[in-house]
Amino acid sequence: MTTLPNLLQHSYQEVPEKTSIILQHAGQADKSLTYRDLIHGANRFALTYAREGIKPGEVVILIQQHGEDLVYAFWGAILHGAIPSIMPFLTEKLAPEKYRADLASLISITKPTAIVTYPEFEAEVRSALTEGDSVKHVILTSTIEAETEPYFEDLQGFKSSPEDIVVLQHSSGTTGLQKGVALSHRAVLNQLNAYSQTLHIDPASDVIVSWLPLYHDMGFIACFLMPVLLRIPLVNMSPFDWVRAPYKLHQAVSQYKGTLTWLPNFAYNFCAHKIRERNLEGVDLSSWRAIINCSEPVHVESHELFHEKFSAYGLKKSALQTCYAMAENVFAVTQSPLDGTPAVDEIDRESFMTQRLATPPVAGQPSMKMTSSGKPLPNTKVRVVDADFNDVSDRTVGEIAVQSDCMLTEYFNRPDATESAIKNGWYLTGDYGYIADGELYVSGRKKDLIIVGGKNVYPQDLESLASEVNGVHKGRTVAFGMYDEEEGTEEVVIIAEADSADPSEQEAIADAIRKHVTKSSAIALRHVRVVDDKWIIKTSSGKTARSANKEKFLHELGKI
Amino acid sequence: MTTEIINPIAKFIAEKILKQPNKVITADESLISSGLIDSFSLMDLALFIEDTFGVRVEDTELNAETFDNLNQLAALISSRK
Repeated sequence: MTTLPNLLQHSYQEVPEKTSIILQHAGQADKSLTYRDLIHGANRFALTYAREGIKPGEVVILIQQHGEDLVYAFWGAILHGAIPSIMPFLTEKLAPEKYRADLASLISITKPTAIVTYPEFEAEVRSALTEGDSVKHVILTSTIEAETEPYFEDLQGFKSSPEDIVVLQHSSGTTGLQKGVALSHRAVLNQLNAYSQTLHIDPASDVIVSWLPLYHDMGFIACFLMPVLLRIPLVNMSPFDWVRAPYKLHQAVSQYKGTLTWLPNFAYNFCAHKIRERNLEGVDLSSWRAIINCSEPVHVESHELFHEKFSAYGLKKSALQTCYAMAENVFAVTQSPLDGTPAVDEIDRESFMTQRLATPPVAGQPSMKMTSSGKPLPNTKVRVVDADFNDVSDRTVGEIAVQSDCMLTEYFNRPDATESAIKNGWYLTGDYGYIADGELYVSGRKKDLIIVGGKNVYPQDLESLASEVNGVHKGRTVAFGMYDEEEGTEEVVIIAEADSADPSEQEAIADAIRKHVTKSSAIALRHVRVVDDKWIIKTSSGKTARSANKEKFLHELGKI
Repeated sequence: MTTEIINPIAKFIAEKILKQPNKVITADESLISSGLIDSFSLMDLALFIEDTFGVRVEDTELNAETFDNLNQLAALISSRK
């Protein structure tokens, strides 16, 4: 078994002139990096980490935007044997004090030794630090060592063993930042080996095109680690540029003959609704062999919208594929076979809702369409279990459990969280689903999590933010997700109890909640309902019953 | 002149982006840095401006530095008409 630094060294020696990454920036010419460029740039950071006295196995947090420096800082940490973790950069709308609090919360659990950032962001980072915390160095991108030929024998990363932790992945918000998924070299390489076989990857002809952020597993593993380590050229644009000009993805696929892309479900709707024909002149999408829908619930209608809109530009129906993935398994758990289109299972709505059974539709009764997430990877086993951890029969909904040779080592510095997530060597995903004909259908969530545009958001974080607003009863707030068919993703709803029964005062409180949550979280909050005392349902132990409150809300809206 | 530009945009933002048709958006209220218009809706705003006023706002201009309230946006549109 090899390690990540060894693979980089081999690429440097065997294919120095091969293109590794093409970085796109709006309004600028594309920047192409060969393996030689990549490793020379990474070596500059590795020498810098050594200069600063950072030891192998220590955590380095990278707070940088899309671009060359982030790529080098990341691979430099790998060459040095330090553990890199990429933290989202401050966005225009996020309140700096909230960003600081998130960073402080990450530092308190992950205990990084160093943070890498830009000179202009140094003050922001330093303001999150406290006396006696773990951070010894704030490394500025302006103080990086000069370029030299790499001396691989001097680089500390080459002493790593396959079992050592190589990277940490976090999701957003206070809750997500306190749970770093720690992955070993062995886990990462086993995942890439199994997943690349499933996808029939050919580094000579495949090109990955991506706008996904690197702080999220889908972008980080499928569209950064995999292409760089397996020598698949990567065309990478910034999520900020893509969201303002989504056609740039299609143009890049056409220009570079892109073959593989990963997208969250909402992006299919977003592209289908917002791209104009004038931005597609001359675009040829016939090289696209797989566009893989992953990281939020898959809706077949979104695939249909996307195909309808872009088939005129050569998009093949067979390119639309699905995957079920999680950072705890490095990335993919299941993948739809690329030689067909994902199976769609039409089931009876009533027995699904009331008996948790996926049975064939009954004539004259409402039905629903479930899209398959495919079959387990060759190295991964999937079970569907009941509350007592017994297997349920096919077509019965239960919790999805996963076992593989690419599982997380632990939640970093969180033995409590590690212990509750892994049972008898199986990772309990917190997702509900069923198996039919050997394929996995993911049908819902046991864990309290809302997925908005592919981003994981924890309702408890949003509820405590809403509780901070004046006039709201402390602890009397509830947040949940509601699927929006037009957008192809969940929208967050917050319900809050207030003293005032006056409609105009309630509206003012609702507005204050929208503003505060939007400024303090990764989402833009629209749906807020301020209600009178005692509206919110609590369990007998005083916890907020999110699903019961959601049901009550939908019922009042007349949706169920 | 400015109100002829501001009013339809304010109406569009309230109805189509925020889905709160009764919401009043003042001309100096910050739109982007406040998160009132989230990044997923910036393109809708650009397309609306193009269709309504025949003026292009480029994707690289969809940020708070170029415009962050209705007054600034109206000035940008007027300068290109």
